[in-house]
Amino acid sequence: MILLSVEDVDQLNRSTLLLKLSLISEPRLLCAVRAAVGEMAVISGFRDAEARSIVLAVDEALANVIRHAYKGAVDRPIQVSFSTVQVKSAEGVQDALQIQIVDHGVPVKHERLVGRALDDVKPGGLGLHFIRETMDSVTFRHVGGRNYLRLIKSPTPAKPSGTEEEES
Amino acid sequence: MQAITRRLAKISVIDISGDIDLASSPQLRAALLKELKDSKPSRLVLNLTGVRYIDSSGIASLIEGLKAARDAKVRYVLFGLNQTVREVMQLSKLVKVFEIVDNEEQAVAG
Repeated sequence: MILLSVEDVDQLNRSTLLLKLSLISEPRLLCAVRAAVGEMAVISGFRDAEARSIVLAVDEALANVIRHAYKGAVDRPIQVSFSTVQVKSAEGVQDALQIQIVDHGVPVKHERLVGRALDDVKPGGLGLHFIRETMDSVTFRHVGGRNYLRLIKSPTPAKPSGTEEEES
Repeated sequence: MQAITRRLAKISVIDISGDIDLASSPQLRAALLKELKDSKPSRLVLNLTGVRYIDSSGIASLIEGLKAARDAKVRYVLFGLNQTVREVMQLSKLVKVFEIVDNEEQAVAG
């Protein structure tokens, strides 16, 4: 197992499956998944800016599956599941949204997918950077011929009245 | 995604709309490089007002356009970035690489 998170969260055992999507590795389907992820994030209590960042992270993760694990094949299976989990943090036990992406492609050496300099920008090169920047925890493992990517994020607690940041 | 080009003397303005993602970013890249090659403008302006979403492959396509414009000594200006696009730009830490203005008037002036 390759642990990617800078700061992995301590996940408790309780989890509740909210939604499970099965799709093929067709890039044109990503817009439909983004819509579902955005709605799921809002339903799970995330504010608009956080919901947008989760949408971006999941979109980038799926793009990586299509480009790297499936090498551009458009007919391979991908499962995306959304669960509520509880995690331990400095503030105590906290609810979080867990998104798990499963594919049957070749194992991807995520540690090699690093941010690129301006002179070496190619499609997908920034994707993992976006995922790491936006999620609390990112873990990857390859078991039984499948890749499992698990993303976890907790909603940022609301600030006291009068200090709320504006969102457009 | 749609990319429609207008030409104002030696300035090319590309109106881009829709989502720029893994599916559509090759189309954007091709449109940018074709305009630079075919029209040889003095300035290439990208109107992103209609862009609802952009991912890392979209940012990479914009960067490729920028690099090609620099090579051809063409000024490359963006305007009309909404909140979603700005957030992704900032996350990429490449926002300062681009010349970004508020509107088309500023983009074609000077």
